[in-house]
Amino acid sequence: MSSSLLSANPALNSGRSSTRRRNKKKIQSHAIAENLSSNDQHQNSPIEWKSETQQQIYSSKLLQALRQVRNGDGSPAPKRVHEAADRALATTAKGRTRWSRAILTNRLKLKFMKKNNIVKRQRKVMTSISTGNSRSQRKSKVKILRLKSKSLPAFQRKVRVLSRLVPGCRKQPMPVVLEEATDYIAALEMQVRAMSALAELLSVSGSSSSH
Amino acid sequence: MSSRRSRSRHSGSSRVTDDQINDLVSKLQQLLPEMHNRRSDKKSATKVLQETCNYIRSLHREVDDLSERLSELLENADTTQADLIRSLIMQ
Repeated sequence: MSSSLLSANPALNSGRSSTRRRNKKKIQSHAIAENLSSNDQHQNSPIEWKSETQQQIYSSKLLQALRQVRNGDGSPAPKRVHEAADRALATTAKGRTRWSRAILTNRLKLKFMKKNNIVKRQRKVMTSISTGNSRSQRKSKVKILRLKSKSLPAFQRKVRVLSRLVPGCRKQPMPVVLEEATDYIAALEMQVRAMSALAELLSVSGSSSSH
Repeated sequence: MSSRRSRSRHSGSSRVTDDQINDLVSKLQQLLPEMHNRRSDKKSATKVLQETCNYIRSLHREVDDLSERLSELLENADTTQADLIRSLIMQ
């Protein structure tokens, strides 16, 4: 279904023009948005990140993504590689977790927000000039934040810090953050395993091909 | 403990029980790389959270280092079909 759409599209679009790549990403995010409604029933079956199968699935997605990164720029920056690795990880999660959906929708958001942020800032400036409320709004927000950070018990503070570390969990209640963190840690561990295996492979093949 | 009682008061609208939270925290603790996991009952929830944050940060850093290494390797490697074939052989 839509998951096969996700896996089929990268194969089709490899080596095509950049517009095709952008469209593919839009289709992927729409497919994930559709999965949001259908996956409510599937949320009880989390991904087993320790299994060999998942690591192989991720490794193949990672390779595809890295090949695209190479074809796009002349020299792939580490940031691009990291972003591609995170996106491949989120795709492997099949949209069942908040952090994975947040990673995949963030790319589109960044693209849109860069254009819209300028417009938003201009609008804010205009309204603040006309109403003169910006000072009071800013002060009250800062006050509320300070009060909260002092009066919250240590546990709540740590949960807040954790919610900032896990993507897509900033405004989520505590049990959601803990659950997402559990899955996220397992996924990150698998990402480290897969990427180090790939790095070993490339370094071995690189040294052998030069001789 | 008093801290847990105040916690449930803060989250009054969400009806989360302390047992649920303890269950989640213990699951998290099992994931953490500890030297001796046998003593898992003795960790306080706050400590588990602190170590979780530290662990996630260290994992992020590891992925950063690996992606740097990969970007260097990708720059030097001129054949991409080779790594694909090799990864297939790996399976």
